[in-house]
Amino acid sequence: MSLPKMSRRYDSRTTIFSPEGRLYQVEYAMEAIGNAGSAIGILSKDGVVLVGEKKVTSKLLQTSTSTEKMYKIDDHVACAVAGIMSDANILINTARVQAQRYTYAYQEPMPVEQLVQSLCDTKQGYTQFGGLRPFGVSFLFAGWDKNYGFQLYMSDPSGNYGGWKAASIGANNQAAQSILKQDYKDDITREEAVQLALKVLSKTMDSTSLTSDKLELAEVYLTPSGNVKYQVCSPESLSKKLVKFGVTQPPA
Amino acid sequence: MECVFGLVGNGFAILVADTSAVHSILVHKSNEDKIMVLDSHKLIAASGEPGDRVQFTEFIQKNVALYQFRNGIPLTTAAAANFTRGELATALRKSPYMVNILLAGYDKETGPSLYYIDYIASLHKVDKGAFGYGSYFSLSMMDRHFHSGMSVEEAVDLVDKCIMEIRSRLVVAPPNFVIKIVDKDGAREYAWRESVKETTVS
Repeated sequence: MSLPKMSRRYDSRTTIFSPEGRLYQVEYAMEAIGNAGSAIGILSKDGVVLVGEKKVTSKLLQTSTSTEKMYKIDDHVACAVAGIMSDANILINTARVQAQRYTYAYQEPMPVEQLVQSLCDTKQGYTQFGGLRPFGVSFLFAGWDKNYGFQLYMSDPSGNYGGWKAASIGANNQAAQSILKQDYKDDITREEAVQLALKVLSKTMDSTSLTSDKLELAEVYLTPSGNVKYQVCSPESLSKKLVKFGVTQPPA
Repeated sequence: MECVFGLVGNGFAILVADTSAVHSILVHKSNEDKIMVLDSHKLIAASGEPGDRVQFTEFIQKNVALYQFRNGIPLTTAAAANFTRGELATALRKSPYMVNILLAGYDKETGPSLYYIDYIASLHKVDKGAFGYGSYFSLSMMDRHFHSGMSVEEAVDLVDKCIMEIRSRLVVAPPNFVIKIVDKDGAREYAWRESVKETTVS
């Protein structure tokens, strides 16, 4: 991306507007996310689906957790991450603390939007105070609460957030977003949402064939007894889904 | 001396409090309202040190209002009760508020509910509860006559029985009482039971 000559003078500090009224550090942070593995979230009538692209797939890498981009924040909220993971870890930790503080004060699960807002307040703070760099992270939040049911939120490094029916972050997010806009229907089921998310990811990812080791799938839904459940799809059942939905060919 | 009690009926909760402001052996006032309307669907009745009572219930009321402004949704009665308990519990080890609280509310999902919170920050969800010297009589009356799913008429009748028992058996019985109700239509004053009128000098 080429910038006008003037911009360098306003690069080094987050707290200063450029003469054109822009905050370059915040824009650079968003740029960093554009290179990260992408994630897609889709809201359906009976749950929320999150799908993520795994970037690090070395055979030598030993990961401690089963997921790389999906994190459970509370029993009723999970998120997908795109961007700098070390930054994300800090934010995920504060989100978890906020959720537990709320439960401690009110003995009730924290409403999803409040949790998203508290995290975005933290993000916003770094675009205004302290001369530190902003968090290079975008989130997709999937959750359920008793007031508004299933919800999907997207946030960016500036601290902006919004509720979405379908959203994407990370590499190629604009292409993904336009396919989602075309194919999303309002009365979509969770199963159809999974299918749509996998389809969109297969079209926007760089790699030719989509395999379960490059993907992560997580869902937030209600059990028949009415409890919220966050479930991460196992690689085996993810492989089956990929074949079933015709995204990849079955191994010969 | 102080009498605060309440009970849960079918689709509503009712709170009753004496209205005497007493210091030592003197009655300063007999129309002091000790039941605050916390928000559209919550009532908070408090007994205890008069200054603490006003200060603390106002503090809770303002915090509940702040939550609603910030988040666009009201606290549930259960959440407000737990918040109140938490504030009493943190204050307990610093400068305690000497207040006992009955918190009644109505929620769409859960219906009417009543919470008992004492000054040492214990919290109980109850169907009937009482504080003060009047509790010795009102609790007995409610034990005998309360049943679940009472109608408003039955509940007010029981409240009147309690008041009568307090007036006839308690040496230091307060003359006047206020009764408030909360149901699906909101929290409101229901009636007064007065045996002494404030006299005004013309």
